[in-house]
Amino acid sequence: MRSGTHSVSLPGIAQDSFHYPMNNTEFEAVIGLEIHVQLLTASKAFSSDSAEYGGLPNTQISAISLGHPGTLPRHNKSAVEMAVKMGLALHCDIRKYNSYSRKNYFYADLPKGYQITQFDTPLCNNGYVPIRLKDGTRKQIGLIRIHMEEDTGKSMHDQDLTDTLVDYNRAGTPLIEIVSEPEIRTGDEAYAFVTEIRRLVRYLGICDGNMEEGSLRCDANISVRPRGTTTFGTKVEVKNMNSISNVKRAIDFEIARQTELILSGGTVVGETRGFNALAGTTFSMRRKELVNDYRYFPEPDLPPLILTDQQIEAVKHLMPELPDALYARFTEQYGLSEYDAGVLVDDKHTALYYENLVRHTSNYKAAANWVSVAIRGYLNEQAMGMEDFSLQPEKIADIIHLIDKGVLSHSAAVQKLFPAMVQDPAVSAEEWVQKLNLVQNTDNDFIEKLADEVLASMPEKVAEYRNGKTGLLGLFVGEVMKLSKGKAEPRKTNEVIRRKLDA
Amino acid sequence: MRITPEKVDELAALARLKFEGGEKEAIRADLEKILEMCEKLNEVDTTGVEPLIYMTENSNVLREDVVHQEITHEQALLNAPKKDSDFFRVPKVIDQNG
Repeated sequence: MRSGTHSVSLPGIAQDSFHYPMNNTEFEAVIGLEIHVQLLTASKAFSSDSAEYGGLPNTQISAISLGHPGTLPRHNKSAVEMAVKMGLALHCDIRKYNSYSRKNYFYADLPKGYQITQFDTPLCNNGYVPIRLKDGTRKQIGLIRIHMEEDTGKSMHDQDLTDTLVDYNRAGTPLIEIVSEPEIRTGDEAYAFVTEIRRLVRYLGICDGNMEEGSLRCDANISVRPRGTTTFGTKVEVKNMNSISNVKRAIDFEIARQTELILSGGTVVGETRGFNALAGTTFSMRRKELVNDYRYFPEPDLPPLILTDQQIEAVKHLMPELPDALYARFTEQYGLSEYDAGVLVDDKHTALYYENLVRHTSNYKAAANWVSVAIRGYLNEQAMGMEDFSLQPEKIADIIHLIDKGVLSHSAAVQKLFPAMVQDPAVSAEEWVQKLNLVQNTDNDFIEKLADEVLASMPEKVAEYRNGKTGLLGLFVGEVMKLSKGKAEPRKTNEVIRRKLDA
Repeated sequence: MRITPEKVDELAALARLKFEGGEKEAIRADLEKILEMCEKLNEVDTTGVEPLIYMTENSNVLREDVVHQEITHEQALLNAPKKDSDFFRVPKVIDQNG
């Protein structure tokens, strides 16, 4: 989106009065991202053939998506609705009068010879993406535009010796392209930006956000310049990054490459580079010598799309609560820590599960821990997502109640009861506690006896404790718990041991 | 407007066409004539006239998002000059566009 190629010239040469800094910490990167989002519609953008991913080659096609003459495209209502949702979620101005253009170029995967896109009337302008970095820093990355367009087919160059094979199943799949301002400065910021976009498209249900399968694709425009200057360096476009961490790696590599190049007396060449994920490096794909002239002109086959305030308002009402709003509510309404709330709203299904869970328990903190530690831990182990978790929130609430009533210990609940309930949710939590013999013993005699046993077996440690090494308390409690097979109630055990030692 | 031989090369590259020898001069001269003819339109005073893009006053011609498969895999491949049972086959191309 930037034009102009201001290469950074070198120190010393006829520029006695001005020296570029020779330390790479004095360079800053200027990064703009272009993200293509494949919309999760059932049919294509301008025709009724299926837009589903993964079909047999050239089975989801139509006269329109194959670019046969004499056909008329008609825009998919859902695609428009999804694009508006994304614009609203990113605080954009939604354009009322939309037209379409033809972007002309010849390539085998583009059967019409042009791509239908929004050239001069992007659906969304302005807007921003709020990002939060690992160190807690917050920043807003501005957006230039979001526009609607269609995807191309897929070419396979290396399946055959002489021919390129083309599959048109993807041709005509609805896309939105999100273009950021060049306000991103580091690989970490880019990582946070793409992560936020992916989280939002998943919340909105408009894309599955799968970078490996290409439903979410990211290109990065990267240049570097001496810190403090305002002109742009020559930019390089990097493509083929099929995961969010690869976006970060490619950008980090490219910043270092360009900085070193300039410092060693070279000049950055405006070009497109690919990313080699194995080596962690970028490589030259093609020089941008001949600027491609796409000869945009208005698409006469598609009448303008005119949205009204009422329509935009109606779309707003279809939108789910978004992570920022959930985060605010989780911290305020449920008193969760920023960390807990952050973990829960990271994924829509997790946030929904939590919401359902706290309908059945008022122990919000315990509920947050169960969801983000026990359940997520279990799901990670099983390589499953929250949407695949079958145990009802009521069941988790039952477990929390039993712990709060002192029936069983937290550790017994996590280690024994929870796995059993996941295995057989038909058996109630109470029944499982009985079956597995998990009822914790608050009976003083039982605990006293075990405590005496433990203290007698460790006379040296007891002496140390009495000489002031009070940190050993935990050791004794742990031993009693062990002997009781997790059934001694920890708080009571603590009390008993302390009483005995201090006696 | 004058069309230079370089412009012909540029247009030919965009259209994936190749003009050699006398062909190039012929197409150059033709292009010039075409442009001349179009320049005739510049004689009309269009001050205050909006460009006409659409032949109708229609707007919002949308369709419901319903899948309806209108042609078969075999029909799709029927007119392809080169194909196999699954794919359209084209001469090996390297990506020149983005």
